[in-house]
Amino acid sequence: MKILIKNGHVVDPKNNIDQPMDVLIEDQKIKKVAKSISDKADKEIDAKGKIVCPGLIDLHVHFRQPGYEYKETVETGLRAAVKGGFTGVCPMPNTNPISDRRSDMEFLVGEAKRLNLVRVWPVGAVTLKQEGKELTEFGELKKGGAVALSDDGRPITDSNILRRALEYSKKFDLVIMVHCQDEGLFCGGCMNEGFISTKLGLPGIPVEAESVEVARDIQLADLTGGRLHFCHISSKKSLDLIRHAKANGSRVTAETCPHYFHLTDESILHYNTYAKMNPPLRTAEDVKAIKEALSDGTIDTIATDHAPHSENEKSVEFDKAPFGIIGLETSLALSLGMVEEKVLSLNDLVRKMSLVPAEILKIDRGHLSEGAWADVTVFDPKTEWTVEKDKFESKSKNSPFLGWKMKGRATEVICEGRIVLKEGQIEC
Amino acid sequence: MTETSWTRKDLLALEDLSKEEIELILKTAESFKEVSAREVKKVPALRGKSIANLFFEASTRTRTSFEVAAKRLSADTINFSSSGSSTSKGESLSDTAKNIEAMQVDTIVMRHSSSGSAEYLSKVVKAGVINAGDGIHEHPTQGLLDIFTIKEKKKNITGLKVCLIGDILHSRVARSNIWGLTKLGAKVTVCGPPTLIPRGIEKLGVSVEYDVDKAIKDQDVLNILRIQLERQAGAFFPSIREYAAEYGISVDRMKKAKSDVIIMHPGPINRGVELAAEVADGANSVILEQVTNGIAVRMAVLFLTTMVER
Repeated sequence: MKILIKNGHVVDPKNNIDQPMDVLIEDQKIKKVAKSISDKADKEIDAKGKIVCPGLIDLHVHFRQPGYEYKETVETGLRAAVKGGFTGVCPMPNTNPISDRRSDMEFLVGEAKRLNLVRVWPVGAVTLKQEGKELTEFGELKKGGAVALSDDGRPITDSNILRRALEYSKKFDLVIMVHCQDEGLFCGGCMNEGFISTKLGLPGIPVEAESVEVARDIQLADLTGGRLHFCHISSKKSLDLIRHAKANGSRVTAETCPHYFHLTDESILHYNTYAKMNPPLRTAEDVKAIKEALSDGTIDTIATDHAPHSENEKSVEFDKAPFGIIGLETSLALSLGMVEEKVLSLNDLVRKMSLVPAEILKIDRGHLSEGAWADVTVFDPKTEWTVEKDKFESKSKNSPFLGWKMKGRATEVICEGRIVLKEGQIEC
Repeated sequence: MTETSWTRKDLLALEDLSKEEIELILKTAESFKEVSAREVKKVPALRGKSIANLFFEASTRTRTSFEVAAKRLSADTINFSSSGSSTSKGESLSDTAKNIEAMQVDTIVMRHSSSGSAEYLSKVVKAGVINAGDGIHEHPTQGLLDIFTIKEKKKNITGLKVCLIGDILHSRVARSNIWGLTKLGAKVTVCGPPTLIPRGIEKLGVSVEYDVDKAIKDQDVLNILRIQLERQAGAFFPSIREYAAEYGISVDRMKKAKSDVIIMHPGPINRGVELAAEVADGANSVILEQVTNGIAVRMAVLFLTTMVER
């Protein structure tokens, strides 16, 4: 089976390609990337005016299965991923029960295989039941398919537990993804602490609830030599610390999410629960700092923290609503906004959404080298569309971007040589 | 502005109101105040209208005040309180309110522990919504009755110096007072322990002072907020004893204030903590007049909002 993607503009950061080229896929692998390929193929995709890049990877999503299937399942989550242009995603383990055993990893991988959409690379819990007390069996988790470990949703409060996790993870070369949150400073807050929280009378979460733990975790990464990845960084203060740490050679990486570079805490005015997530939306100054950090490389990757919640759960008093928003289907367009704003080059954007997450996870993806897995995303950077509730593939609709005019959308997604999205439609 | 220009079926926050709208409520309240002084304390203004008091937090004064206000306007009143009602069985606020609305209620008066709950309610029901206190956000009728009382005593609000003393962070009374008073041109100072002054409050146009002895000088009005005894557990201050010593308005401290300063308190008072008994009951105190005025102000608010065409 041969697929030929013709007339597109190929962006493949690893191979320094950023020009019009054709891509030939044979069976599950990349056969060649070259100008004007004339081989006969079983299927041809005309990518004129489109960008052809390594399949996008989102290393931070929540698929809610098992336990909260009314919010999302592996199936609906993967469909959202396909629609968003992703060829692989990493579901976090805060399911019910917590995904902290090898069999939980095998379940997720098996579901993905059965659904035959795109890849799932599961994240296992760092501690049993994410209680922050006892380590999970890292070796077993890895054998089950885990590519990273995280207690995301909860901080690892005990510094010694995180120290041990970072040390022990070196044996398996697994990255530890940390959710930075000082529980004392967090103190039951539900939005960024500042003028807006004062005005709305909502308990605030100071920026320092994040940055204090970022500072601690940098020290622990240095102490142990383990690989540490910062989830969903939201603030200037945290970025200043991470920038400094990287300059000093610390082995840390960082992600942010599109909402942190598009929205501020003013989105919460009128108690909009669709703008409630953790960490919370910050101020214009933080948004500016995030853009700078995207630009200078302090932020390595863009993830979504796709966090589905049902309408019933979000249609309540603000303080009673759960944290989190969906993001898989809006991430690419929102991130392309950074190219439009000249914060990132298209090449940098593709790098941050494909090659870099693959490198952080130590999976051989995110490039179009000959012989590589044929994970390819084709997107039209100019298509305009509106975010509509009824159009989401995700089971949940909790997006603060409803009604937004977007620019840029995936048209084709190829995962291991299978076309799963064609002309914007899911193929199974 | 004339009475017919009132267009809101809801009163959610003083932040939302214009100066003219606040003045209209005050003027309407003035005319209703006289009703309570009559031998027959009743007018037929809201006859045939139904008003539901939906209280999810304990309240004696505010709930009673709304009930009396509604009855003096001849409205039928229905009282729901959270204990024993469907919310303790896990019903959502939206469902509870829609059920009440289905009983053809015209206006819902709600107190709720969540900030923003009144605004939320106004989006899910067609009935009018009066905010009787939403979390630590606003308590607009308390703000209005405070302003009404100040105006009665001091005539003109513009240029008047008003100091709010106590737990500003957790006070919906403070927020409503700040919005209302600044819109009417008063100079507002907030005073309390630094732990209980919320970030960015000065952007609302108020001055911040941590030292109560400095703060109370030259003020025309001292509005003393209730200190919630459980705040000690949140490390906001070390002890009630120290709070009383540092911030309590004592007889001694009163000597530093202007002789014609008026002392206000939204109640219930912790006597001897934020306010000495002698001051609460003294010549400068207008605390019980606030309660009396509360009826008139709530009559005005219920009348204006309930009579708006739906």
